[in-house]
Amino acid sequence: MKLELRGITKRFGTLVANDDIRLTVEPGEVHCLLGENGAGKSTLMNVLYGLSAADAGEIVVDDEPVSFSGPADAMAAGIGMVHQHFMLVPVFTVAENVMLGAEQTRGAGLLDVEATRARIREISEQYGFDVDPDAVVEHLPVGVQQRVEIIKALVRDAHVLILDEPTAVLTPQETDELMGIMRQLTANGTSIVFITHKLREVKAIADRITVMRLGRVVGQAQPESTESELASLMVGRPVSLVVDAGTSEPGEVVLAVRGLTVVDDRDQLVVDDVSFDVRAGEVLVVAGVQGNGQTELTEALLGLGGRASGSVRLAGTELLGRPVRDVLRAGVGFVPEDRRTDGLVGQFTVAENLVLDLYDRSPFARGPMLRHSRIRSNAAERVGEFDIRAGSIDTLASTLSGGNQQKVVLARELSRPLKLLVATQPTRGLDVGSIEFVHRRIIAERDNRTPVLIVSTELDEAGALADRILVMYRGSVVGIVPGDTERDVLGLMTAGYAPEQAFEQAARHPTRTGHPEHGGGDEGEP
Amino acid sequence: MSTGDTGNEVGSWAERALRRRWRAPVMFTVLGLGALVLFGLLAPGGERSTFGISTAGDIVEIDPVGVPSRQAAILLALLCLAVAGYALLLTARAEPVPLWLSVLFGSAFVLSFLTWAVAGETISLTGALQGSLALSVPLIFGALCGMLGERTGVINIAIEGQLLAGAFLSGVVASLLGNLWVGLIAAPVAGLLVAYLLAVFSIRYLVNQIIVGVVLNVLVLGLTNFLYGRLLSPQAQTWNSPGRFPRWKLPVLGDIPVVGPVLFDQTVIVYCMYVAVLVVHVALFHTRWGLRVRAVGEHPEAADTAGIAVNVVRFRNVLIGGAVAGFGGAYFTLGAIGVFSREMTAGAGFIALAAMILGRWKPMGAVFAALLFGFANNLQSVLGIIGSPIPSEFMLMAPYVLTIFAVAGLVGRIRPPAANGQPYIKS
Repeated sequence: MKLELRGITKRFGTLVANDDIRLTVEPGEVHCLLGENGAGKSTLMNVLYGLSAADAGEIVVDDEPVSFSGPADAMAAGIGMVHQHFMLVPVFTVAENVMLGAEQTRGAGLLDVEATRARIREISEQYGFDVDPDAVVEHLPVGVQQRVEIIKALVRDAHVLILDEPTAVLTPQETDELMGIMRQLTANGTSIVFITHKLREVKAIADRITVMRLGRVVGQAQPESTESELASLMVGRPVSLVVDAGTSEPGEVVLAVRGLTVVDDRDQLVVDDVSFDVRAGEVLVVAGVQGNGQTELTEALLGLGGRASGSVRLAGTELLGRPVRDVLRAGVGFVPEDRRTDGLVGQFTVAENLVLDLYDRSPFARGPMLRHSRIRSNAAERVGEFDIRAGSIDTLASTLSGGNQQKVVLARELSRPLKLLVATQPTRGLDVGSIEFVHRRIIAERDNRTPVLIVSTELDEAGALADRILVMYRGSVVGIVPGDTERDVLGLMTAGYAPEQAFEQAARHPTRTGHPEHGGGDEGEP
Repeated sequence: MSTGDTGNEVGSWAERALRRRWRAPVMFTVLGLGALVLFGLLAPGGERSTFGISTAGDIVEIDPVGVPSRQAAILLALLCLAVAGYALLLTARAEPVPLWLSVLFGSAFVLSFLTWAVAGETISLTGALQGSLALSVPLIFGALCGMLGERTGVINIAIEGQLLAGAFLSGVVASLLGNLWVGLIAAPVAGLLVAYLLAVFSIRYLVNQIIVGVVLNVLVLGLTNFLYGRLLSPQAQTWNSPGRFPRWKLPVLGDIPVVGPVLFDQTVIVYCMYVAVLVVHVALFHTRWGLRVRAVGEHPEAADTAGIAVNVVRFRNVLIGGAVAGFGGAYFTLGAIGVFSREMTAGAGFIALAAMILGRWKPMGAVFAALLFGFANNLQSVLGIIGSPIPSEFMLMAPYVLTIFAVAGLVGRIRPPAANGQPYIKS
């Protein structure tokens, strides 16, 4: 099936999310859609999948113009989509999820589950998926959930499969497996639209590359292009992909975590007997695939929810079991995973957000009263220092771009003397420029002799920032390795291999995405 | 693919310590001790409690069972404490307390209480169960209504109003036309109208579901009170004399001792209830319709991307639910009393919500929860008649205390549909 988008335009108010997009997907090809967060990739795919209507332009399938009023129409036309956040009902079985919306019945509306089971087994066998039709989805690992999503599309006879950032939740090895599946699919004539911002993956799998920036198609590229060529096309200017972190001389142990165990509110063990140290002037990156206990680990350090036991000592003082306020007062700075919900109050101004944890103390308060003049002068100072691009200090935080929101959070956390900085996914969803800025500030704080704990799911980020890397898998520490450990080894560790095994395996079976051909020379593979 | 599984099955000491939940076993112990002291040790000895089993006219007559009150109450309280001890042991081992244990505890506790309360008297078991079912019927209809809405993610607080509207309209229509059957058809229409308002405001105009529900309850209450004062009360002969459906005793089934008179000597409304429970159960869990309904309530985005019109499903289910509750409302007028009276639903709609939660959003579960509430409510009136040692005010509280325990999740973890109460706005 040949798919063409002709002049698709989509506006949200004054923002043009897609501006006259033209794109052709040939049968059996992997067409990569490359662009930064906010470039308009997902908007375009939502238009293609019938989730939102375009303001102008047309979709053409096999030279026939079509129009979709909902996902049902898109599916009927042979378009399937695997969303970045899976569209699976967690409490349903695999079979129930697969049949939803395309149910086979035995008359009178009674479900024919057996027919769906058989179909799942058939597809499972064909592609080597190993999926049990009766397993409950919420108990499955994310990699398997993704296969369920692919099965869902295949059951509906998808000829064009859209994969929206499919590798964000996968280990490098699972990513390799996914690419194997993609090759099998294209060999059977299915075309794939592969949305990503990860350059290595594009080079490993793409037949053709379309690059988007700020709602426009800015160019086509060949898979042979170097990573830095692709990056400059994506960002619009030459970029250096790695911040030079320099070296540091770690000092005495400041944070000592011993036997930390956390159980979540569903009684699941999420952090299992974790012990580590962070020294003054050192960055320890906690790496691992999303959902392996990293978030719960940092929340336990801060005293946010979850039932925890063990010991967290900051410069000799026990923090575990203390309220969050005490932990912050003890000198812990915290950059939460989701800045929109946990880092900022969207309906507060920039100035107010900059004193969220200091508002009740001198100089920002006198008794029960706020001192607005001090809050404003503090804001003016921070906005300058951190280059926060806001209309004014009275702008609502929710209206800022992701990068500027993160700068507000960082500015607030770094504006008091810290004994420890904890940052979870500090650059998620940021543009390349902001990533660079955030990385520099984190390194500056380290050079200030503050111990820094970073949680990151991006191995590149771990490699760029870390003095040491702690890898977590299913709530446990797999191992702590030096910051310059090879990417392949780290990848295997995120799948649960102990460091020695990982070194051995990596030497024997290097992954495709782990070793891109070096073309540019300025991108850094340690 | 992943070989380095580091999680061990048994779990570390720290993990087990964190998993323990002491609420249920501690509650069991306290209640068990209370039963032992109050119903056993402090009770006077020498009296007998007598329970009648069969009613006159059954094919098999069973003699009433009499037991020495104090001794029986003490034995049952000790059983309670044994269950509590086992629950403590399980919790210490970080194992969950199973549901059957809670049920066993509840039964032993209630029986211990009963032997104490009827000391020196006789109560009829069949009569108690008949009374329980009678009080549960509107609860079951209401719980089905709530379930139909909440399974799609719409909270229906207006069940009370829908029951009352059904009771009112069925009574009025049956009186005016002199035909009970037409009244029975009018009842779901009344519930449907109330549900339509709920659906329009909460689904189309995204007004907070709880607020719309509360407002609708007040609206129906005010409207029926007004019409009752102006029409139904002064001209009762024309407006408020619908009469009642006769009981139909089913052949064979109706002659089984205890079960027969309780379940199979009932009005057409109760038989409809049996059918409704079965139909909702099969429809929810075994049909395409039910799969889509549940998907909409758990993950509306997933349903939407599978081509299901989320808000259409929600709208339709709220309407169906309203019709079910309205039909159940007819039970008050045409099934039980024979006339409409002011505020006659008396909070049944809210207890129905509790029954739905305690029954974990499942029709069969809701039936058992509703029967439990009906039993507690009925017990209060039975004990009032025989003159039990406890003040009737406390007995009146019992069903509501039970509701609070139930809703607070004393009986295991309760997991509502994930999208419950959240409006779906398409981006």
